[in-house]
Amino acid sequence: MNILTMKNIEKSFGDLQVIKNVSLSVDNGEVVSIIGPSGSGKSTLLRCATFLETIDSGLIKYEDKIAVQNDENGVARYVPQKELKNIKRVFGLVFQQFNLFPHFSVIKNVTDAPISVQKRNKDEVKEEAMGILKKMGLEDKADAYPYQLSGGQQQRVAIARALAMNPDILFFDEPTSALDPELTGEVLKVIRQLADEKMTMVVVTHEMPFARAVSDRVIFIDGGVIVEEGDPEIVLGNPTKERTKQFLKNYQR
Amino acid sequence: MTIQTMLLTMGSGMLKTCGIFILSLIFSLPLGMVVCFLRKSKNKFVSNVTRFFISVLRGTPLMLQLMVWYFGPFYLFQWSIRTWRFPALIVGFSINYAAYFAEIYRGGIESMAIGQYEAAEVLGYTKTQTFFKIILPQVIKRVLPAVTNEVITLVKDTSLAFTLAYQEVFSISKQIASKENSLIPFVVAGVFYYVANYVVAFVMERIEKRLNYYK
Repeated sequence: MNILTMKNIEKSFGDLQVIKNVSLSVDNGEVVSIIGPSGSGKSTLLRCATFLETIDSGLIKYEDKIAVQNDENGVARYVPQKELKNIKRVFGLVFQQFNLFPHFSVIKNVTDAPISVQKRNKDEVKEEAMGILKKMGLEDKADAYPYQLSGGQQQRVAIARALAMNPDILFFDEPTSALDPELTGEVLKVIRQLADEKMTMVVVTHEMPFARAVSDRVIFIDGGVIVEEGDPEIVLGNPTKERTKQFLKNYQR
Repeated sequence: MTIQTMLLTMGSGMLKTCGIFILSLIFSLPLGMVVCFLRKSKNKFVSNVTRFFISVLRGTPLMLQLMVWYFGPFYLFQWSIRTWRFPALIVGFSINYAAYFAEIYRGGIESMAIGQYEAAEVLGYTKTQTFFKIILPQVIKRVLPAVTNEVITLVKDTSLAFTLAYQEVFSISKQIASKENSLIPFVVAGVFYYVANYVVAFVMERIEKRLNYYK
């Protein structure tokens, strides 16, 4: 079953149309990478999917729950806040800038939302969180504060924080773009590990070798439209569209 | 007048000064947050009216405001103001300082990175939870040095209570000085204010240090 369905999405900032009639669906257990030049709309698409931006027109559905669809005039109408809040439980988002809460310790960053938003049992959440941190190789950092950690560690905490909410799908918005090159590896390793566990993920990234190795499908976006999508070996190895070839060539330079 | 009686009289005045200071602080700190919210309101009318009042409160002398608060009820409604002196002072100081605190809070809130709000939103925090759990604690840390400045100024501004003939330490020192033909009461008053502010600075520094567990 599709976890995420986006149909005919349109989004403008003022006069600038950044997403033009984009449709995208993500299957359970699928890993989708979105690549494209800066300003192509790939991050915006992700922000639309996570409701950080509102779409102008189109449909977004998580599992069988519709979050937004067009009214009879073709204008996107969101479901009421309360329903939207329920739908939000389905996904998690990892930001480029981590956006950890600096005044919370690592363990509190990971456990606070499950406890105070999902109202789950404290001890149970804490135990689960320690398990996740262990998986991220951060069990000895549970009591540290974000500023005491490297960028790579902070991003792994952010991933742990998203995972602690038990999402069905996880979005990554350029998760390694704010990191020193030598720190990207540890974050990519964690995402790769999640892919092996069949976590459904959508990753906006500039890491082509990573996208090629991890994704089931790669989507190349430029100028707000999907130029090419499909098997990573084809899109990244032997693209059919001229624009994709050009992008990859520029990228390798 | 012996130095002892002088110190005793002035000491009792200092207690009244502390009374004005503490009450004004207790009211103005939270009131500032309310004013800040009104100022940030999405309702243009509310935010503009608030902006206007803040500008009046910051743009006119506090001494004049105290006069208006004290004499206003009498001139406007012919009410008796016999017991109104002390409450008028507290109202005047609290509202004036709330205007300053509101702008300090606003600066703090607006300096917060949008990412903090977005992270909280994606994690499902309500708006109230986001403000009290995520934003406010960080804002407090950021605005503390600016708030300390205002608090220190408030200690000294309590001396304006003499304009309403309230018998706090400054009024008393003035009276004793003219009666005794002596500068000593002023020196004593100065020492009192300085010591009070030394304590304020010490306490605020302690609070700042306690919030230094993160960056």
